[in-house]
Amino acid sequence: MKTRFRNSFILLAVILLAAFTLPFFAGEYIIHIGVLVLFYAYMAVAWNILGGYAGQHSLGHALFMGIGAYTSTYLFTRMGLTPWLGMWVGGALAGLTGWFVGYLCFRYGLKGPYFALVTIAMAEAAVYIVNNMSAVGGAQGLEVAWVGREGGAPLLMQFDGKGGYYYVILVMTVLSVWLSSWLIKRRFGYQLVSVRENEDAAEALGVDTLRVKIQASIISAIMTALGGTFFAQYFTYINPRNVFGEGPSVQILLFAIIGGLGTVWGPVVGALVLVPVAELSRSWLGGSFAGAHILLYGTVMVLVMLFMPNGIVGLYEKIRAQLKSRSSNDGKSEAS
Amino acid sequence: MVFSFELLGQALVTGILIGGIFALISVGLSLIWGVMRIINFAHGEFLMLAMYIAYFLVAKGGWDPYLTILVTAPALFLIGVLIFQSTIRPILKDPPMNQIMLTVGLSLILQNLALVFFKADVLTANTAYTRLNFFLGGVVVRGSQLIAFLGSGLAAYLLYWFLQKTETGRAIRAASINRDAATLVGINVRNTYLLAFGIGSASLGVAASLMIPFYYTSPTVGLFFGLIAYVVVVLGGLGNFPGALVAGLIIGLTESIGASLLPGSLARVLTFSIFIIVLLLRPQGIFGGKQK
Repeated sequence: MKTRFRNSFILLAVILLAAFTLPFFAGEYIIHIGVLVLFYAYMAVAWNILGGYAGQHSLGHALFMGIGAYTSTYLFTRMGLTPWLGMWVGGALAGLTGWFVGYLCFRYGLKGPYFALVTIAMAEAAVYIVNNMSAVGGAQGLEVAWVGREGGAPLLMQFDGKGGYYYVILVMTVLSVWLSSWLIKRRFGYQLVSVRENEDAAEALGVDTLRVKIQASIISAIMTALGGTFFAQYFTYINPRNVFGEGPSVQILLFAIIGGLGTVWGPVVGALVLVPVAELSRSWLGGSFAGAHILLYGTVMVLVMLFMPNGIVGLYEKIRAQLKSRSSNDGKSEAS
Repeated sequence: MVFSFELLGQALVTGILIGGIFALISVGLSLIWGVMRIINFAHGEFLMLAMYIAYFLVAKGGWDPYLTILVTAPALFLIGVLIFQSTIRPILKDPPMNQIMLTVGLSLILQNLALVFFKADVLTANTAYTRLNFFLGGVVVRGSQLIAFLGSGLAAYLLYWFLQKTETGRAIRAASINRDAATLVGINVRNTYLLAFGIGSASLGVAASLMIPFYYTSPTVGLFFGLIAYVVVVLGGLGNFPGALVAGLIIGLTESIGASLLPGSLARVLTFSIFIIVLLLRPQGIFGGKQK
């Protein structure tokens, strides 16, 4: 047990070291893929707190991403407020929205497919509302103006080259994984899992299921909104479809599902395995086959649901458990 | 905003005609949902595929749009059966969320296959029916929409008759009420599911052929109609066939009256608000009984 703990500690240290030194030896394109991996890992970790731990699958998480992206970008482009502060205003608004959505849905006992449908409808309604808000550019969206100084403007979350963005999202991802692994080991985490596994039993044991579900919704919403701000700063352009739409909603949850729902590392593993393959296929086939990378995502999603519904991490744990039981059986077979 | 009775009359006529199409699109989803308790999140994408088939027959093959039903309905039946056998059947007993994720994956595949093969272009078929208009006072009745409305009504009636009066239809309904009891009385539930999925998909073929004279197709056209179908099915009550028809009309009217009263595309927000309120307060639908 002790060696296993030490091994995983060493593994973690090596991965972190590799992640933090990547920009020193990689080119811009590799760093770009690194940014995308980290961004989707971060979003999946955020979604996983409500969708994985608490088992409430939101299919409209882009609602929170959009609130984050639009709030900080509006404050930045129209009022000059740095996104470093604007992201927290967006986070607060998203947290409030997460509370509202959670309260409405869970207060009325919505579960499973019904919850999924309401979240889709809310995100989709947001697309049409923002489409008609001329103050934030309507369907045209908002452009994040480049402040245009040599070396970028780190205080405005604008960097010269991709390295700066890489470190921002790397720190966000490390913190989110840390938060996610910390939460799940606490009383709150156990309460969330009990809600997922058997809500009636959890209620009978005195868990305030409504409260913990709403809390999970708020935490997940705030984290997702912070990611939305990063998205706007990195891609420097947002419109209602690409931050509130169905596309981002699906991409937020995709990697958590493929990596392993409700596990700490699943969302990260999912993004790490899939995003580079998808990006490479996009750059190779993108010219002639637009949509090739989403095609890949869809195919992997269907295959995962058919053959390994617990995702990559779930499969790994199953294999390890089988190996362990086999080796312990070998020991016992002599005695029996 | 100027508001007149003519405008209201126009909104009413358009709303009812479009509502008929919404109803036909939704009965397939309702049938599948009612029989096997699966929400097919690729429902809109099935419709999109059918619209491409209809479009190419009309635009490239010179077919009469309504004749394409002979191809779209069987083709969609076949596609539905193939997809059911290969992907839905193995996960029938899985948790509902896995089923949802699988069909979301299917919708991504279909949408992006369309993008790869047909590009992102918006395609509009120009048919003899496209500019066929009648005037009722100051209100324009588009001939193609009227035909689509009547065709939808007929198709929905035939489907209803099939489910109510034929032995196979009764087997499908029995399987939807109680899977185990249906098995006990000798119904082959497996085949029933397959048939229901095929028929639910085929109805989209009919809808696509009826729509192609007045509606464009594009890889993402299924997104909107898929959402509309969920709204209509939830509003009418899961698996409630006549409920879906009435709900289709209600949503059609909401969209068209909303569009004449509200600026821009805000009418759609109205549709989603109705959906959210119904899901929260009456998830069994406005016509459903007590049980959820």
